[in-house]
Amino acid sequence: MNHWIIAPVILPALLAPIIGFVMRHDIPLARTASIAGTVVLLGMAIGLFAAAGGDPQVYYLGDWPAPFGIVLVLDRLSALMVLVTTVLALLVLIHAVATGWDTRGRHFHALFQFQLMGIVGAFLTGDIFNLFVFFEILLIASYGLMVHSGGRERMRAGLHYVVINLAGSTLFLFALGVLYSSTGTLNIADLAQRLREVPVEEAALTRVAAMLLMIVFALKAALFPAQFWLPETYANAPGPVAALFAIMTKVGAYAIIRIHTLIFGPDIDATAGVAETWLFPAALVTIAIGAIGVLGARHLSRLIAFSVLGSMGTLMIAISDFSPLATTAALYYLVHSTFAAASLFLVADLVVARRTGDQLVLRPAVVQNGLFATLFFAAAIGMAGMPPLSGFVGKLMVLDALREPETIVWAWSAVLIASLLTIVGFARAGSTLFWKSTTVLQDVAGHPDPLPDPIGVGRPAGAAELAPVIAAIALLVLLTAFAGQLVGYLDGTTAQLFDRDGYIIAVLGPDGET
Amino acid sequence: MEFIVASSVGTLTAAGIYLILRLRAFSTILGLALLSYAVNVFLFASGRLAIDLPPILSPYGDASYTDPLPQALVLTAIVISFGMTAVLVMVALGAYLESDDDRIDLPQAPDEDDKTDGEAAQ
Repeated sequence: MNHWIIAPVILPALLAPIIGFVMRHDIPLARTASIAGTVVLLGMAIGLFAAAGGDPQVYYLGDWPAPFGIVLVLDRLSALMVLVTTVLALLVLIHAVATGWDTRGRHFHALFQFQLMGIVGAFLTGDIFNLFVFFEILLIASYGLMVHSGGRERMRAGLHYVVINLAGSTLFLFALGVLYSSTGTLNIADLAQRLREVPVEEAALTRVAAMLLMIVFALKAALFPAQFWLPETYANAPGPVAALFAIMTKVGAYAIIRIHTLIFGPDIDATAGVAETWLFPAALVTIAIGAIGVLGARHLSRLIAFSVLGSMGTLMIAISDFSPLATTAALYYLVHSTFAAASLFLVADLVVARRTGDQLVLRPAVVQNGLFATLFFAAAIGMAGMPPLSGFVGKLMVLDALREPETIVWAWSAVLIASLLTIVGFARAGSTLFWKSTTVLQDVAGHPDPLPDPIGVGRPAGAAELAPVIAAIALLVLLTAFAGQLVGYLDGTTAQLFDRDGYIIAVLGPDGET
Repeated sequence: MEFIVASSVGTLTAAGIYLILRLRAFSTILGLALLSYAVNVFLFASGRLAIDLPPILSPYGDASYTDPLPQALVLTAIVISFGMTAVLVMVALGAYLESDDDRIDLPQAPDEDDKTDGEAAQ
């Protein structure tokens, strides 16, 4: 049994209370501990990623045999997600420290570590009730991070965010109750095994559970009709927190990939068609809302939030096909859109801190205008899916995978038109922010900064502040340059994902068939 | 027995949903609390309803027992929902203190469009 599998959950779980209780008044110490912990976590994630090549590896907590105890499962998909999470976390953390966001409220680093624990645990767990528990951990930490440093608008958006997610958690519990009462197990592999034997005529409760779980995950993934919380939340969250939240919607997407492929797979009679029927139209509408929102947004952070919504729609349209080819495309696009969204939020945070407000209106140009314009341009190209960055490769793969005659018209037109609208929206925002602003005189008296900004409006960004943004964009370049290798890995991942027997045997043992 | 449990879950859920849809933060919190009570009772019922039975297998051949797993799940769910309700109360209180209003959709400040992120960050 490989004990390293549980290490990325334990490390932040131990570190967070220590930071919270011991280092609460010592920001340099808390920063050091938090960054060191995240670097070690990244090392663990790389190690697990390297170790996850073969069959799924199982960690039995307390050494209880499989369907009775909780298990953690490390396979290629979970290793990839953990790696993406930790890389993103390190970038976001450096940004938060360099810009001083972590000093504008309390317990940023403790909450950040708890957030990492929840996300990593959700990716690693092989027990569906344990998935619920890790969801709650990442949510409760995200509530704290969301309202970090307070403010009226932020508290209002935070309240909505908390309420909608609490309602979602209750639905999750209802779904688990239904699932347990109809199958008598909560272990994902055992569920996958038992649902095969449920006859269609007795599958009503199981279908209810599958649909309820789908609604819960769609809520986390901000899929129509549960998408309305996302723009408000992301636009009002602190910049680095919004960048970290780029992985939060992906937790919902991961859960749909995992649960609705492994447990409620398309070829399982009892729940056939539950996910496919609803996911595709919902993804189409989500793409449309995202694109229209990008065009209509009057604030920079809201514009980016709507573009995240559109990217979730594109991701979901690929997932909704539930075929190996489309799932590979979805996973590639998932990795890409996480870093594209994060780089946009980080560069927007740097720009907004040097500008009076984030409305898209004419204001004097910010310091280092050319540099910020370049970074925004690159990140926006990535997000909108233009060549040469990885968004183009990702969208191309998604379109290539969706070739069935009945879906191709809808899927292709939605993705292509939405890409065009997103490009227009970003181009307009960028020209207002960076090009037209150079024609406005530096009329400081006419646009007085209403309140002293903690960063200082005119202060140029240092290397530490720019490094995470540049690293995120460099990752997009790497994703493009090494797309072949990544897709090779993802093909293996998808093959493993659709090899349900392999997962079941790895968890329950070869005699789990009985 | 089944009727009492089912109807109480239904009543609690209905009341919870009604309260969540209210416009005040306070009634929304009450609604979420009722909804979490409903789901706790519901989870109990997911292991089949049994009266006066121990949650352990008897070594004396008496096979009747009540399923212990839902009880463990309910305990976890109670702890989590209690903690979540506490967090929600704190967030709602913070929003109330920021704006002197517990409307769930706080009226936007008239100068919202001129609001800067610098202000929001204070």
